[in-house]
Amino acid sequence: MISFLLKRLFSLILTLFVATIIIFILIEVVPGDPAAFMMGLSTNTDAADALRAELGLNLSAWDRYFNWISGMLVGDFGISYTYRIPVSELVLDRLTVSLPLTIYALILSTIIAIPVGVISASKRGSFSDTFLMGTAQIGVAIPNFWFAILLVLLFSTTLQWFSAVGFVGWEAGFFPVLKSLTLPAISLALPQAAILSRVMRSSVLEVMDEDYIRTARAKGLTKRQALIRHGLRNAMIPVLTILGLQFSFLLAGGIIIESIFSLPGLGRLVFQAIAQRDLIVVKSIVTLLVLAVVMITFLVDLAYAWVDPRLRERGER
Amino acid sequence: MIIQLFKKSPLSFKIGFFISIAYVIAALLSFIWTPYDVMAINLEKRFIAPGIGHIFGTDHFGRDILSMIMVGARNAIAVSLVAVGIGMIIGVPLGLWSAATRSTGGRVIDEILMRGNDLVFAFPSLLMAIMITAVFGPGAMNAIIAIGIFNIPVFARMSRGGALGLWEKEYIMAARVAGKGKAKISYEHILPNIMNLLIVQATIQFSIAIIAEASLSYVGLGTQPPNPSLGRMLFEAQTMIFFAPWLALVPGLAIVMLVLGLNLMGDGLRDILDPKLRRKEPDGVEAKQNVSS
Amino acid sequence: MRRLFTIFILSVSLITSASAQTTLKVGLQLEPPNLDPISGAAAAIDEVVYGNVFEGLVRIDENGDIKPGLANFWQISTDGKSYLFNLAEGVSFHDGSPFDAEDVRFSFNRARAQNSTNAKKYIFEPIANIDIFDPYTIMISLNQARPDFLFNIGLGDAVIVSSKSVDKNASQPIGTGPYKFKKWVRGDRIEFERNENYWGALPKMEAITFKIITDPLSAYTAMKAGDIDTFPNYPAPENLFLFNNDPSYEVEVGLTAGETILSTNNKRAPFDNILVRKAMAHAINRKEIIEGAMFGNAEPIGSHFAPTHPDYVDLTGLYPHDLTKAKAFMREAGYGDGFTASLKLPPPIYARRTGELIAHQLSKIGIKVNIENMEWAQWIDQVLRNLNYDLTIVSHVEPMDINIYANPNYYFGYDNKEFQAIIKKIDSSSNPEEISALYKEAQRKIADDAVNGYLFQMGKFGVWKKGLKGMWRNYPIRSNDFRDVYFEEQEGLMND
Repeated sequence: MISFLLKRLFSLILTLFVATIIIFILIEVVPGDPAAFMMGLSTNTDAADALRAELGLNLSAWDRYFNWISGMLVGDFGISYTYRIPVSELVLDRLTVSLPLTIYALILSTIIAIPVGVISASKRGSFSDTFLMGTAQIGVAIPNFWFAILLVLLFSTTLQWFSAVGFVGWEAGFFPVLKSLTLPAISLALPQAAILSRVMRSSVLEVMDEDYIRTARAKGLTKRQALIRHGLRNAMIPVLTILGLQFSFLLAGGIIIESIFSLPGLGRLVFQAIAQRDLIVVKSIVTLLVLAVVMITFLVDLAYAWVDPRLRERGER
Repeated sequence: MIIQLFKKSPLSFKIGFFISIAYVIAALLSFIWTPYDVMAINLEKRFIAPGIGHIFGTDHFGRDILSMIMVGARNAIAVSLVAVGIGMIIGVPLGLWSAATRSTGGRVIDEILMRGNDLVFAFPSLLMAIMITAVFGPGAMNAIIAIGIFNIPVFARMSRGGALGLWEKEYIMAARVAGKGKAKISYEHILPNIMNLLIVQATIQFSIAIIAEASLSYVGLGTQPPNPSLGRMLFEAQTMIFFAPWLALVPGLAIVMLVLGLNLMGDGLRDILDPKLRRKEPDGVEAKQNVSS
Repeated sequence: MRRLFTIFILSVSLITSASAQTTLKVGLQLEPPNLDPISGAAAAIDEVVYGNVFEGLVRIDENGDIKPGLANFWQISTDGKSYLFNLAEGVSFHDGSPFDAEDVRFSFNRARAQNSTNAKKYIFEPIANIDIFDPYTIMISLNQARPDFLFNIGLGDAVIVSSKSVDKNASQPIGTGPYKFKKWVRGDRIEFERNENYWGALPKMEAITFKIITDPLSAYTAMKAGDIDTFPNYPAPENLFLFNNDPSYEVEVGLTAGETILSTNNKRAPFDNILVRKAMAHAINRKEIIEGAMFGNAEPIGSHFAPTHPDYVDLTGLYPHDLTKAKAFMREAGYGDGFTASLKLPPPIYARRTGELIAHQLSKIGIKVNIENMEWAQWIDQVLRNLNYDLTIVSHVEPMDINIYANPNYYFGYDNKEFQAIIKKIDSSSNPEEISALYKEAQRKIADDAVNGYLFQMGKFGVWKKGLKGMWRNYPIRSNDFRDVYFEEQEGLMND
């Protein structure tokens, strides 16, 4: 187990290291100079030069890479070129929006997907199964940004139930925040719920075939009892994997959604930072997101190994 | 034989098949004919509601939406087809290579390739696509590259998984004993056997790519004007939905129908081609996380 | 008794609700990168802080006129080289430190220093000497007469800052204006509160919140839902008419200082050929562009000059939309079969829409235009810095910037001695009539040469709730000065 852990940890660090190099190179080759961008249509090229020096853009690539990595290791992500405040401050600020939004969306999608998956699986082939899975098929096919526009059209403009704009801020209290995140969370959750319910259904079907369920049923439990007492826990494992992936995906994946609802989230920050060539923000956030994915994968692997010792040897699913 | 198979196929497959074929026909037709010229700007005809003459109405430049959908679907299909093609052409050999080296004792290459796979998976895809276009400038070509890159690990993983099981089969052992090389075995024996799997996966990746292309064009990075694109039509429509809702409804529904058709067809194909997998879900589920917006 | 009391309370609350609103929520499409107007070039900075937080010696008002600011009055010497400013007394910065002539000297010296990052350093370049006579009298001497100097020091780039707080102005701006900075939630909103110690007349609004709404769809829904009170510059002209049709809103379409032009690389063939440029000028249909791209909310221009300026000459008739003439010029230039050109478009929606229309219009005279959409960073790099382009569309938002045509290295690639001489004369003249005549001549010159395709003056689309008064109609400079903004007392509210 220890050697498995160490091996996993080593490959995690290696992945991160390679990722930072890739990110750094990509950032280096992005054409367009942050200093020039900030000077806009201005004709003062001296000012751009002065600014470049101020931002530390005149150092060699090596020095910049080294400064960046060594800074990150001690939690210093640098100063945003455009906002001129620490990147960490910016990111933390945005996380107070993106994190609740992601969690909200995940909860919504789980609440929808798990019952749908279980019902579908336990009534396999019935009308409700066909109906639910048909709906899920449509859900998978709907681009979330289009869905968001439709939600705005219906709930904000026509019915005026929800304000379509912005984040009220935590100081406004929990429920106002919840309300302001509802439409975006629904837009993000729907396609995820559709995917998740399909996974849940097949996972339950798989479990129902397992010996222990048959044994349980032979002992006189009904299909439902057997499923609830023994099956669900096992059926949840693949679902959790998907949830883990969805979490990291949603964290920055809501670029368009955040923009449609004017939410000051992480996705919009990176998108804007790319456009403004605030590259120090871009590379820090991409690195953090990669870190999140790698950590989640690592934790999921650990969970698998814990559940099923045989997997430790295989090292992959 | 194919007709018989088709008759036996589930209803969902038939629906999906017909939808997909309808799109392909419309897209191909758009090469030689569209109801109106998609580039013809005529402000006198702008914002005509759907009806006779313009079935789906006209947009803010007076262009016919049906015609734009036809060409837009063609562009989306072309981008997705090439992107998934790139993913397959690079991913499948990598996966086969990985499996071959692992099965013949070497682990290093396999390990490197698979970690590389994980690495690509770990990058936020839409963000990376935006970065790639920031480097090369926007356009259909870059959309292809961006979507293609994220398809590589999907196919690599899938073909590796399929191949690993096959390498333990006796006839492969026999081929090895007969002195056939890894590449030859992979090509002659392994690939044909995982083809079904790959076709099914390709259909699913294809539908994911359609949504990805739409997302990229929505943020202005896909197919460039005046060439129509479904995602950009949605973007341009968003401030006009309050007085011309069809501008957003029609292209949106066009995307949904196309993706739905492909998904239904993919699911059906899996049932037909690989009865063992009948109940299981596609491995593409993970990939779905990665590519849609 | 208790009941009576309740009624009393109720009526009091009704009366207070009937009195005018004193907080203002303002929609803003572009978030300023920082709040320091003297170091950033972004127009969004001025839109937030100019006139509200920071003030200059003089102030530019809604009509583009020069009004007293921190200087009560001033005298200009007859040779136009010396400016004597008499400063307002009793003014203090928001951090409590008093304002005097030293602050003016500090601000100007900083802006013209070697390592200055001021985007409009040229404003300060003519300054030869700054002499302080007493804490409230300061004289600025120039190397040569500059008739535009007074206007220029009214711009956001020349506001007066304090040496104590200047380094923090990017995130904690400290000025002398009627509003104090309170809070900035990046990506979301910026909050100001009224400066109760303001040296001038107190503004009516007690608090102002700028809400950053980048998406034009959200701009519409936020306005309609009443989440914000005004969009001084509403981003979607296409649905402006919906507010016009709604009695609870007012729409005012004014003009900005933004000349929207089809910039042409005059150094690159075939655009170095004036016949080709003339052909293009005849091929352009301004009416269609204004209707199609701006939904009628803009004014055609025939040169690079704002129609709101008194010296404006209407040159839109110089090259009327005429395809026959255009084709004749193309043949004369030797391009009877047309040619292919690229059109590099920056992100704003006006540029993208206009670009599609231009491509369509030029195709009619055989010019095949390939549209290349790009980000600002790429655009600045390729078009502005390296002149690597054929055609582009952009709105030049700087006020009175016709002098950019005198710079042969500017991205138009227009190197014309005659025009440069005109600008030189303007710069050295102090006779208003002569200057006016010269500006007219300058407009004609670049229009004659069809340096660029002159399309339209960008509109300013103001939308606000009915009853909001004092909002600027035009953007002579990029600013939302809220000192005179107030809500009218609403009648009939008691009956609701």
